[in-house]
Amino acid sequence: MNPRDEYLALLTRRQFFGRTATGIGTAALGSLLNPQIMQAATGTSGGMLGATHFPPKAKHVIYLFMSGGPSHIDLFDYKPKLKDHHGEELPGSVRMGQRITGMTSGQASFPCVAPMFKFSQHGQSGAWVSELMPHVAKAADNIAFVKSVNTEAINHDPATTYLQTGAQQPGRPSLGAWLSYGLGSENQNLPAFIVMISQGSGNKTDQPIFSRLWGSGFLPTQHQGVRFRSGDDPVLYLSNPPGIDPEMRREMLDGVGKLNQMAAQAFGDPEINTRIAQYEMAYRMQTSVPDLTDLSKESKETLELYGIDDSGVDGGFARNCLLARRMIERGVRFVQLMHRGWDQHSALPQQIRGQCKDVDKPSAALILDLKRRGLLDDTLVVWGGEFGRTVYSQGALTKTTYGRDHHGRCFTVWMAGGGIRPGVTYGETDDYCYNVVKDPVHIHDLNATILRCLGIDHTRLTFRFQGRDFRLTDVHGNVVKPLMA
Amino acid sequence: MIARIGMCAALAAAGLMLGTVAKGEDSPRTAKVDFNRQVRPILSNNCFSCHGPDEETREAGLRLDMRDSAVQPADSGAIAVVPGNPAKSALLERINSHRKTVVMPPPESNKTLSAADKAVLKAWIEQGADFQTHWSFVKPTRPAVPTPKNAAWARGAIDRFLLARMEAEGLKPSSEADKVTLIRRVTLDLTGLPATPTEVDAFVDDKSPNAYEKLVDRLLASPRFGERMALDWLDAARFADTHGFHIDSGRDMTRWRDWVINAYNTNLPFDRFTVEQLAGDLLPNATIEQRVASGFNRNHMINFEGGAVPEEYHMAYIVDRVNTTGTVWMGLSIACAQCHDHKYDPITQREYYKLYAFFHNVPENGLDGSKGNAQPMIPVPSADQSTEIARLDREIAAQRVKLDSAWPELDKAQAEWEQTSAAKGAVAWTLLDPTRMEARGKGKLTKQGDGAVIVTGRNPDKDVYTITAMVGDQPINGIRLEALPDATLKGGGPGRSVNGNIVLTDVTVEVADSEAPNEFKPAQLTSATADFSQPTFPVANAIDKTPETGWGIDGEEGKPHAAVFGLKAPVKPEKGKMIRVILAFESKFSAHQLGKFRLSTTSAADPHSKDAMPAAVSLALAKKSGERTVSEASTIRTHFRTTLSTEGKELARKIDSLATQKATIEAKIPTVMVMAEMAKPRDTFVLKRGQYDQKGEKVEGDVPASLPPLPKDAPRNRLTLANWLVSPENPLVARVTVNRIWQSFFGLGIVKTAEDLGSQGDAPSHPELLDWLAVEFVSPTEQGAGPWDVKAMVRRIVLSNAYRQTSHVTPDLLAKDPENRLLARAPRYRLPAEFIRDGALAVSGLLDPRIGGASVSPYQPAGLWEELMSRSDGKNWSAQEYTQSHGIDLYRRTMYTFWKRTSPPPTLATFDAPDRETCTVRRSRTNTPLQALVLLNDPTYIEASRKLAERMIREGGLAPDEKVVFAFKQIMARRPNANEINILRSIYEQSFNKFRANNAAALKLLSVGESPRDMKLDPAELAAWSTVASVILNLDEAVTKG
Repeated sequence: MNPRDEYLALLTRRQFFGRTATGIGTAALGSLLNPQIMQAATGTSGGMLGATHFPPKAKHVIYLFMSGGPSHIDLFDYKPKLKDHHGEELPGSVRMGQRITGMTSGQASFPCVAPMFKFSQHGQSGAWVSELMPHVAKAADNIAFVKSVNTEAINHDPATTYLQTGAQQPGRPSLGAWLSYGLGSENQNLPAFIVMISQGSGNKTDQPIFSRLWGSGFLPTQHQGVRFRSGDDPVLYLSNPPGIDPEMRREMLDGVGKLNQMAAQAFGDPEINTRIAQYEMAYRMQTSVPDLTDLSKESKETLELYGIDDSGVDGGFARNCLLARRMIERGVRFVQLMHRGWDQHSALPQQIRGQCKDVDKPSAALILDLKRRGLLDDTLVVWGGEFGRTVYSQGALTKTTYGRDHHGRCFTVWMAGGGIRPGVTYGETDDYCYNVVKDPVHIHDLNATILRCLGIDHTRLTFRFQGRDFRLTDVHGNVVKPLMA
Repeated sequence: MIARIGMCAALAAAGLMLGTVAKGEDSPRTAKVDFNRQVRPILSNNCFSCHGPDEETREAGLRLDMRDSAVQPADSGAIAVVPGNPAKSALLERINSHRKTVVMPPPESNKTLSAADKAVLKAWIEQGADFQTHWSFVKPTRPAVPTPKNAAWARGAIDRFLLARMEAEGLKPSSEADKVTLIRRVTLDLTGLPATPTEVDAFVDDKSPNAYEKLVDRLLASPRFGERMALDWLDAARFADTHGFHIDSGRDMTRWRDWVINAYNTNLPFDRFTVEQLAGDLLPNATIEQRVASGFNRNHMINFEGGAVPEEYHMAYIVDRVNTTGTVWMGLSIACAQCHDHKYDPITQREYYKLYAFFHNVPENGLDGSKGNAQPMIPVPSADQSTEIARLDREIAAQRVKLDSAWPELDKAQAEWEQTSAAKGAVAWTLLDPTRMEARGKGKLTKQGDGAVIVTGRNPDKDVYTITAMVGDQPINGIRLEALPDATLKGGGPGRSVNGNIVLTDVTVEVADSEAPNEFKPAQLTSATADFSQPTFPVANAIDKTPETGWGIDGEEGKPHAAVFGLKAPVKPEKGKMIRVILAFESKFSAHQLGKFRLSTTSAADPHSKDAMPAAVSLALAKKSGERTVSEASTIRTHFRTTLSTEGKELARKIDSLATQKATIEAKIPTVMVMAEMAKPRDTFVLKRGQYDQKGEKVEGDVPASLPPLPKDAPRNRLTLANWLVSPENPLVARVTVNRIWQSFFGLGIVKTAEDLGSQGDAPSHPELLDWLAVEFVSPTEQGAGPWDVKAMVRRIVLSNAYRQTSHVTPDLLAKDPENRLLARAPRYRLPAEFIRDGALAVSGLLDPRIGGASVSPYQPAGLWEELMSRSDGKNWSAQEYTQSHGIDLYRRTMYTFWKRTSPPPTLATFDAPDRETCTVRRSRTNTPLQALVLLNDPTYIEASRKLAERMIREGGLAPDEKVVFAFKQIMARRPNANEINILRSIYEQSFNKFRANNAAALKLLSVGESPRDMKLDPAELAAWSTVASVILNLDEAVTKG
């Protein structure tokens, strides 16, 4: 390490212990940290935890968030007996007075709907998967299907906020922010936590996405996710203004650097040195980000594997999946994809076909691609929404169509890769896909398990705010051991 | 790893107690242990969650936050604390145990006590185990001001307290900053803007001994002061321009923001500032301004996600008010007691809901805001608008008097008209008198005296009503359906849906001849009109034979509406003929059927004509003139005069036109959401586990028992609560407030956790100073300062010598006091997001000086909101698409930037602005590469660089070095040194050569931003100076308060 880095390391270490621990955010920690400096300072990659509580199985997470609530009934949770009840009223003994949303609470009738899609078993594991997901079905032996995930929330805003932050009301840090805070970054030139959003071809009037879903809550703001967008500026303000070429930008930065170094000498404030380092990282991002998002060097075979074409039908989901792999290759800690369009209250059969076409191939490709590159072992892939959908029809049930309302009592999430036992199905629901009858997995349990895959004890990744040691799982959550490899 | 966290915590603890406590820890046996400073933090952190105020989770019957219980035997019979007898104290035995099943805190709590902690506890028990009430719950008294050795340095009490502590720690204050640094610092702090070179020069040239005081007084008097102070308050008040939550559509609270700015500028004392914002609406004869102020507690988020449960969100609003009030005024994490008793502070869950009761009586809806501001709200017209409306009201009243006054000629004409066939009901609406009414969904249809039909009982998601009646003796040309409001219906009706809306998907009229009374044949409807239709649900949808579409009235629920349907051919009168009207409600919207309605028919040739007589007129006309009531007579007279007489028609036209003018003005009057109190308060219950639907014991409004009581005879309302907060007995409010003011200028509060002065909050670095400031704030001794005088408090702080020190950091100071808690140097930290942009706009000459008013939408990367919202139905709500402002609105101060909660202004968020979803009293302060990208590449800063470059060329002198000095001084106040000038000049030279060779590149750079370029200037030169300006705006010093 050269003397300047050593100096920065010294300052960083001082700030790390002297300031960050006491709650005020400061430089050089977290999502946007210069990790080499941090590593030198603390012997870690910049996370608050330093070494993890357990040997980590996964080092990275790709979270394929299916926004709106996919119908577990039509995709994964196969109930052959449901055919016998098709069109029949949902028995009160199943519903048990459970609260339902204002959209169907006025319905006089709750007719059960058996999915109109064929299910079959796949792979050695014999997992049941609907015909809507042929590619995921082929990858089933890599996947753990959790059919008993549940949440108390029944509307999008609270349910999504709950899943991502552990609380239904806004204000808490998101999963990615917790990981950035706890584990830091592994890449010197990219953020630790990246978010990408796509609109699917299902429900086009789908519910909005909020920046709080990748927010840092009360954690220092540098842990918030950095959103990557499609287009020329994947990161906001990444490109030089028109008329400024890279050479001129370098000259300007050299000037800024020299002047800031003079200020550092004059004022003695270590924060100035941090700023110098951050300007250098900004400069490196101007190269590393376009390099990351440039898919021209990917083989034709790879592009086809993901199903990337120019149609734009999938809203960019396939491209985002491939980008996620490229980010993982570069050491990004947490990649959050959000694919919208799953909120299928009406015309579900039509909408879900398009929606599955968007995500089936790329999701499966991501697993296979990670696997053949040896990345799946330390990358955890999570696929799921904020809740499932009701077994009863919202609106009229006809021969060709039906709708389904939000359902939090059970839904299916699947996981693959780092730390997860492949080829298993966990948890069981009743014959109506309505209640969990075996091995419930609350979303706090799911989050505890995700943290555990990363070597983190979810009760020990905490941050003190307003006098309380907060954590992602609030005061709940149990690691689902049978899911762990 | 635990060790690392432990070490951080220990360092943190050492950091805040530096010295004094360390000494205590060195020799706990001899020094008297201070419970609040030394023992409470240990117990609170490690023990209270199981042995503290929360009864529900209390273990072993042991409570350690109160002496009475701590010295009693616990469930096991063991006594935790035996004063004066460490050997017999079970607490010490347990914390020192090596057995996993015995040791406290238990291993699964992830908490460990250090050797120093254990020593403190032992010494404390040895010394008699004195307990103290947590310091912030004890009313502050004015402490004696210390006399430091170097008393000559100190200018006032603040300096004496700070210096005494520095001396105790072996530190010395830094020298005074030079005048240039000082004016830049204090101008930024008090106005949020950089000092102009003219201002700097004037101050430097002012050699009078009170030059600095004069400067401070000038800045305090500047209207910019109100803007600057409001900035922090907007974070605390969670101010935003959108509702947040799901759809996050627009709202308008800008009138409230104006109030805040004005309150700071007029130096409204903080007690009044408090009372007006918490209960302005309840003040006797509340002014509009005071009601506007009460909007503070309407700034919380409001939801209307389809399918959300109204009660759940109504609760969220009240919870937000309680928590915000707790944080902002009491500095307590009251929020913790929503679901269970507070684990650290003496606030029970029951007490939480007693506070909740104060905020529970607002006439508001659980789901609201889809059309902008949510109830309750008031219009706040400008002076001009008020004058104009008053004038129109007078005009209208005058015309009305004329219309109603005696008018013999017209009365005569009316008498004649009443004898004509037309008046006898020919064109009137006749009530349909049903012989049979049914609802497919088996609901009950009941006819009322006025012909209205009420629907009760079963309420399926879809329904069809069939109303059958005999055809009278007049032909039927049209049918009128009145949709009527009713208090028993949700949203006031007329529908039976969750919000009172309807979707009438189809209307069918059928007729059966007397010969075949069961053979109904359709009569075709060809036209439909309504007094109101929801934009995407026009009334024509009701006769299009498409069950997916229909007539809706969303936004106008709770009011009467009418739709008229014209028949293709008249239904001829015939004895025994029957007509039936079928109303179908078969949309996908659940239960959107009518709850109350009335059907009438007319024989008028044009049923949609305004000449068709209202039912009320025809009913009145049916009576003999002698039998009519006064109101019936007036109904007929008004009808006749305004529709059938030339003179009356003219008057009616005039009144209509005046009313339209008035409505046009009224539509433009901004509203503001305010607090209001329901005549009959809602009942408040303890909500078990904080769940909205788990009602427990009923409670009345009151304050926690650990704080002074409310006056006995005072009504239990918000006004009493507000007055109680600012009463002299309240131990919290003055401390919390001065601490936050201190934080605004020193960067860090005396209690660093400005949001929490409770048991788990940080201990104050200077407890006596905090108390002195709190007492001085409420009862000032200083001449010229009034009680709760905010400007005087700010003045006191910025006039201190501590504030005036240089901010230079020496390695020694950095090592001894890395966080600068002791203030042996002035604070140096990055400016808030808003200051940075305002500074760039100011020095470039772009800044628009207007104060207050509507929010604006400066440059923002395209599509940012739309990518998050992107609903095909997004046009149904406001604030879904970002519409960038133009002209001077692009350059307003940053505090007026439109704030969308689900997608806050991106460049501000990058510089640590909060999302404003909930109350924030302390921002993060980070240093990231994304900040560099904003300053380097955001068009705002590129444009500002160009405009600053234009000023350099025009105003900066001839020589390049002079131009460099000119620009540098604008933002840094100081003159650059020779090295700095050289570096900047060489950047100019390099850039100039490039742009000279590539004019296209220069023109591209100069095209950024909407402000026109000075075409007289050479593009290459201007572009080159722009790069220099950009470099200057990117310097650490430019974005730092030094």
